[in-house]
Amino acid sequence: MIHNPLSRAISRRRLLISAGTGGAAMAAMTLVPGLVLADAASVSESMKALIGDALPSEGRIELDLPQIAENGNTVPISISIDSPMTADDYVKTVHVFAEGNPRPDVASFHFSPACGEATCSTRIRLAKTQNIVAVAEMSNGEVYMAKAEVKVTIGGCGG
Amino acid sequence: MAKAKPRVKLPKKAAKGEIIEIKTLISHKMESGFRKDSKTGELVPRKIINKFVCSFNGEQVFASDWHPAVSANPYMSFTFRAEESGTFVFQWTDDDGSVYSIEKKLTVS
Repeated sequence: MIHNPLSRAISRRRLLISAGTGGAAMAAMTLVPGLVLADAASVSESMKALIGDALPSEGRIELDLPQIAENGNTVPISISIDSPMTADDYVKTVHVFAEGNPRPDVASFHFSPACGEATCSTRIRLAKTQNIVAVAEMSNGEVYMAKAEVKVTIGGCGG
Repeated sequence: MAKAKPRVKLPKKAAKGEIIEIKTLISHKMESGFRKDSKTGELVPRKIINKFVCSFNGEQVFASDWHPAVSANPYMSFTFRAEESGTFVFQWTDDDGSVYSIEKKLTVS
């Protein structure tokens, strides 16, 4: 399922509201009360630390996430970027950020022409419904960005 | 201390130029550092696998930096263009410095 990139301004830091439902499983995973979560501003900071002043263009990245994640502890994510992956033209790195997690950094993926394709998949933890942002750095210096919103029914950043 | 167990799935043979999929998994709690122990109320300290590297015949092919937002028992799949036969080395590095490693051979015809 592929998302259209969404723009969503999150202007305020939000305090965590522990999920009330879920029973014993949630009790073991309770986040520290009063923990302040990330937002779009802290994602921008993390992004700047990784890509400097480069201004990403929207597009090129296929960011595949479920529209609704039943379990925030394990949300499948796939990234695919159309690229010849030759020594002259390849995807160098893709960074993933989560706007609504305790920390915005999720993972960075370092490709090489030997990969043949700029494709990878993993599973991530999402504390709550939020935007996921992917930023791709190409070998020629171009930077691309894509966003997708994931609705999370049971948050899972506590364990 | 429980040992993390890594597993890798990839074809044993490939045609030259073929792109193969490599699937990896390691059993690891990926303790995020944001969880409170339900009995003591103390914050459980962070302990995750923070780096995954795949090399082929000594050269890095694919690598990933992981943060606490990566799920427990981290799954990582990516692709590889088979050009020549050789040996893969897959390595996972824990916050505590432990390195878990698996080798796999690939025959390319």
